[in-house]
Amino acid sequence: MAQLFPRSADMWFRVVLFLLFGGLIALFAACVVLQRSDYRTDEGWTVDQPVPFSHEHHAGVLRIDCRYCHDNVETSAVAGLPPTHTCMSCHSQLWTGAEMLAPVRQSLAQGEPLRWNRVIELPDYVFFHHGVHVNAGVGCVECHGQVDRMPLMYKAKPLTMSGCLDCHQDPAPRLRPREAVTDMNWQYEGDRRALGEALMRKYHVRAGNLTHCYTCHR
Amino acid sequence: MSRADADPHYPGADTPHFLPRQMPLGEVSDRVLAIPVDFAPYRRAWWALFIFSCLLLGLFVASAVVVLWRGPGVYGNDNLVNWGFPILNYMWWLGIGHAGTFISAMLLLLDRPWRNSLNRLAELMTIMAVVCAGIYPILHLGRPWLFYWSAPYPNTMELGPQFKSPTAWDFFAVLGYLLVSLMFIYIGAIPDFASARDHARKRRYKVFYGLLALGWRGASSHWAHWRRAYRFVALLAIPLVFAVSSGYSFLLDLAPETGWHSTVFPPYFVAGAIFSGFALVIVIALGLRRFFGWQALITVRHLDVLGVLLLASGWMTAYGYFADTFIAFYSGKEHEITVTMARLAGPMAWSWWAAIFFNLVCLQALWWPQVRRNGKALLAIAVGVLIGMWCERWMLIIVPPTRDYLTSMWHSFSPTLWDWALFIGTFGLFLVPFCLFMRLLPMISTFEVKEALHRYRGGADD
Repeated sequence: MAQLFPRSADMWFRVVLFLLFGGLIALFAACVVLQRSDYRTDEGWTVDQPVPFSHEHHAGVLRIDCRYCHDNVETSAVAGLPPTHTCMSCHSQLWTGAEMLAPVRQSLAQGEPLRWNRVIELPDYVFFHHGVHVNAGVGCVECHGQVDRMPLMYKAKPLTMSGCLDCHQDPAPRLRPREAVTDMNWQYEGDRRALGEALMRKYHVRAGNLTHCYTCHR
Repeated sequence: MSRADADPHYPGADTPHFLPRQMPLGEVSDRVLAIPVDFAPYRRAWWALFIFSCLLLGLFVASAVVVLWRGPGVYGNDNLVNWGFPILNYMWWLGIGHAGTFISAMLLLLDRPWRNSLNRLAELMTIMAVVCAGIYPILHLGRPWLFYWSAPYPNTMELGPQFKSPTAWDFFAVLGYLLVSLMFIYIGAIPDFASARDHARKRRYKVFYGLLALGWRGASSHWAHWRRAYRFVALLAIPLVFAVSSGYSFLLDLAPETGWHSTVFPPYFVAGAIFSGFALVIVIALGLRRFFGWQALITVRHLDVLGVLLLASGWMTAYGYFADTFIAFYSGKEHEITVTMARLAGPMAWSWWAAIFFNLVCLQALWWPQVRRNGKALLAIAVGVLIGMWCERWMLIIVPPTRDYLTSMWHSFSPTLWDWALFIGTFGLFLVPFCLFMRLLPMISTFEVKEALHRYRGGADD
């Protein structure tokens, strides 16, 4: 009777098994790497907007405070986007004929808000409150990066859950006085941890409570 | 049972493998290995069974889609009875799985050659029961597609398994049990795949079994390695039977729920698991015996000993009922007694009394050898035990949350249409692969049967 398998069958069988298990391991490794890559986190990628608004120009060069436009940030869960009237407080006088600002004028004329595209989107099962963080002395820079150096807005950090937890497990070295929250270039010469610990007492930040599941997931 | 009280009038009454002493080895091969090669005699019945199973599987898929689409709100669960049907059915199926490993691994190491006629079907039952069980904790999640979050893997959430949560325990229990069972059945079947390869006539079957047989030639070095590997995995599997079934009794303890904290739970659950599994082994053994006409391979004496095992494990489970109830009253704690009284005389008392009726009262018929050796009677008792064990899980899991600490929170539970549809559908999930196994695999471990026949014939020893 003829042999069922050729002599090389054993070798091929081992190769297939190796590729199968090696492939599974490679697939797993690829997922682990991809999860951290900017492809998945969108870190550093600009988002197309109806108007190419430059934070570098407005917040950096002109030194307009963040809260001039994001005026809910101290009291509300969301920082808020400005109504067109806020843009027009300057642009009714400046660059009134600029091609780039045509959608802003159209928005004012038609009473339709501009539809900005979201840059940072947290999952719906995360409860994040801007006001709580700002009042606890977390600087805008901690999550949003140096916005005053961004000609077009992008995500500066991956903003994964482990990023949230890094701070929630040890908030002290990342806190600053409330006055300095929106300062993009704030520096502190002394011991940042000692300052942070004093601020935690002052702002009633209780470290033990920050890592309960229900702090962010309700 | 001793040999003396075995009825000498049927073949196999006096042999350790329960088969006729002079049964030719070729007959075993002809009856088992010839089935996939020449399936014609069974084709019609098989297709009928297969189509029926596919309909059940379709019901399962449809209800799983409804659960995924509309969320766990389709279950009858609410804030208090938050485990409800899915976890009840999970425990029922997972318990059933344990008997397969018990029959295969424990009786292998105890050197009981009669197990050889039953171990393959019991192991296949184990695997499919564990799959049916494992699907439930997943479908019970709010976001089932994120079930892999209970696995320890490097993620960007700094999240590991929460060992305070039963979900993590379910994950390890099901995965560990499934992997060891798969390893055990596959290693145990390699020599049979080789015989199936040699029996096959069509080339595609030869290649199929040839690949599964991993180049087995029956060399003595093969057998030496095989023996070591098989016993090694059996040794891994036996602690799992006890660890997993007592483990899921502990996960009831994780909940602050009166009625789930009796110290008898681990042995009570081990016994209950093996008990319900023996019942399903009996149903499947009787089914295959009739389907393939295997009266010569699964003999009356096999039925007899399965009946004895069912009776023994039934009494062990019954000890759990008594101890659990006794301790509740002995504790003197008012709420313990309230919950126990809800089990005994509340609106869901039917579940307790059905468990007692099927698992204890009806079971006593097995004291009579005539009942154990009568296929129909044994089948009726085994099906009764499966129903009784399901009622027991109801009594254990559903009743305590309906009697919360505050009387104002007392309420009831009723499963919804989709609860039932999903449960009935899991029988399809069980039966469809089982039908395919019947079509393609040797459902009796022929080489182990032949080895036992050879050994007790007075031939050369193994």
